[in-house]
Amino acid sequence: MSSFGDKSLIPASALENPIFPRELEDEAIYIMREVAAQFERPAILFSGGKDSITLVRLAQKAFYPGKIPFPLVHVDTGHNFPETIAYRDWLVKEVGAELIVRYVQDSINQGKVQEETGKYASRNALQTVTLLDAIEEFKFDACIGGARRDEEKARAKERIFSVRDDFGQWDAKRQRPELFDMLNGRISVGENVRVFPISNWTELDVWNYIKEEGIPLPSIYFSHQRPVFERDGMLWADSEFINKDTDEIPYEATVRFRTVGDMTCTAAVLSEATELDDIIGEILSAEISERGARMDDKRSEAAMEKRKQQGYF
Amino acid sequence: MDILRIATAGSVDDGKSTLIGRLLYETQSITRDKLEALEAASKRKGLDFLDLSLLTDGLIAEREQGITIDVAHIYFSTPTRKYIIADTPGHFEYTRNMVTGASNAKVSLILVDARHGVVEQTFRHFFISSMLRIPKVIVCVNKMDLVGYSEERFQQIKQEFQDIAAKVQFSGQEIEFVPISSLYGVNITKKSDEISWYLGVSLLETLEKFDDQVKTDSSHAARFPVQYVVRPKTEEYHDYRGYAGRVASGTFSVGDEIVVLPTGQRSKISSIEKFDQSLQHAHARESVVISLETDVDVSRGNMLVKAGEEPTQLREISAQVCWLDYQALTPGKTLLLQHGINDTKAKVLALEELINVQTLEKSENPAQLKLNEIGGIRLKVAKPIFADTYQENPSNGAFILIDEFSHATVGVGFMN
Repeated sequence: MSSFGDKSLIPASALENPIFPRELEDEAIYIMREVAAQFERPAILFSGGKDSITLVRLAQKAFYPGKIPFPLVHVDTGHNFPETIAYRDWLVKEVGAELIVRYVQDSINQGKVQEETGKYASRNALQTVTLLDAIEEFKFDACIGGARRDEEKARAKERIFSVRDDFGQWDAKRQRPELFDMLNGRISVGENVRVFPISNWTELDVWNYIKEEGIPLPSIYFSHQRPVFERDGMLWADSEFINKDTDEIPYEATVRFRTVGDMTCTAAVLSEATELDDIIGEILSAEISERGARMDDKRSEAAMEKRKQQGYF
Repeated sequence: MDILRIATAGSVDDGKSTLIGRLLYETQSITRDKLEALEAASKRKGLDFLDLSLLTDGLIAEREQGITIDVAHIYFSTPTRKYIIADTPGHFEYTRNMVTGASNAKVSLILVDARHGVVEQTFRHFFISSMLRIPKVIVCVNKMDLVGYSEERFQQIKQEFQDIAAKVQFSGQEIEFVPISSLYGVNITKKSDEISWYLGVSLLETLEKFDDQVKTDSSHAARFPVQYVVRPKTEEYHDYRGYAGRVASGTFSVGDEIVVLPTGQRSKISSIEKFDQSLQHAHARESVVISLETDVDVSRGNMLVKAGEEPTQLREISAQVCWLDYQALTPGKTLLLQHGINDTKAKVLALEELINVQTLEKSENPAQLKLNEIGGIRLKVAKPIFADTYQENPSNGAFILIDEFSHATVGVGFMN
């Protein structure tokens, strides 16, 4: 695989006409440095998706030539795409970061959460418990996440430093005002902070940044052949983790994924996009929003806000 | 590509959410699934048109009450520029959110309902825009459809606004007036026939024309707060010591003679780096790592400034403060003061005056400063800070106040 930030990966179009607003990178690097300075035990929440990969790039740049001064934490549902796991293991070696993995399966074995049943069964919601346990185990006081305000309406109101109580809960009405670029990370015992350095980025900004930085991505973001089946007008990767109805018959299709959650909640889109420029072209003409391919948001109009109140990042 | 940050404000029901929805809709920033969800939600409400306000009214409580209660950030772009809107609520109880949302804005959009004209809220919003020294204010006279697109009514509102604005407008602050109808998309992204008497351009074109570079922070005195000291301690970078930070204002260049505050030590800039790139200059808002020629003691919270441009050392501060907390501020209270990335304990020596934002009347020595109130205060700080006046250099002239026990951000101050 190429290196992280491989200049040979940058298409000529991006070198000639860069369009990513660099002010967003300056802002994110400033936030990363505030986290390192204001907290004792920060961590990056790493999912293997493009947003958390972007966070790793920003952290690498913020502390260069030093190493990233905090670990990457991956909450593994056990239902990840194998391509994501392979990429994760390569990336931590490449940037010399520490990796901590905690498993939803362990939370299930400990009886802390119960596996969902039925055809929509997913471990997505169960992640929250495993994450909160990891925060307690390592006494993380700040968890850096790749959430963006343009993703969803409840996230549009999220702060850059978002204080959570003992139970990891988000209270929209008790949020601290954030003025100018002054970040207040002071917390009481038991509280912790979720930090969102790419709050002000849109999906397109992330893709343009990846392109202009020469960042390699997990292969599932690009067009490939795989067996899929249809459900609720969307395409799902056929895997042992999804309970199919008898009439849900898998077939081969040329697809890619726009977000990389776990296999039970991330739908594929038909796509011939094999290059970053093709992907960006698809987004510009997009018919469906990024989170539109996420089953977890569709459960109700206020699904995201409710999950955030419960401690989801 | 540059970014333009806009703050929007208006009273309840003057159609701010619809205006933003309209901007998103007409710049094709809404995907099909979101549009379909919008159609369905509009139908459920019994409407026969697209309720664009539903795009931005995010939180459950807001949907229940039908008002916007917090700062929401909304994004759209044109081929030339990325826009970030901080949409802040109009309700007067939420002044704190407006100050918050507007604190990063270069343009303030103020909505006026063409039927009601300039109301109490309108002046409050303008007052805050001026207090924050936002260089451009665009007054959108909305719901022009409901006054028959009357030029006379528009001119009347313009005059009313100018009359009250003159009291707090600062020199260099521009005010423009645009007649619009958010509901019907009149004059939002393109000029419409309904208002042929209007010789100006549409709202979006007004925004596109705004030259952000005119009033850039780069023209102010150079200030570099040190956020983090990079010491890799690896074989390759054995003696490396770089000072990481974001240029608050001005420009730094390799070879510049600098002073470290508060120690007063002098040195010269030997290099400016941005990841693996070496730069000759670092401009305002850029995150870089600066190295110095000589071995001086620099740590987080110190500030590098150019020799000859040192700010005043302050042990006592006189400032205008907007109070953001339910528990009122009283004289004698001890707080934490955060100026940029630096902080110190501070004690309130006196509340000197309370400003009535409607009448601009000042009452002297108020007993307290309540939530959403603005007043002049005097503070003593435990360690000296190096600030400019907010008027001179906003990036180095503002601070926040933090409660020592709850750790909440309870106030924002502007140095006099």
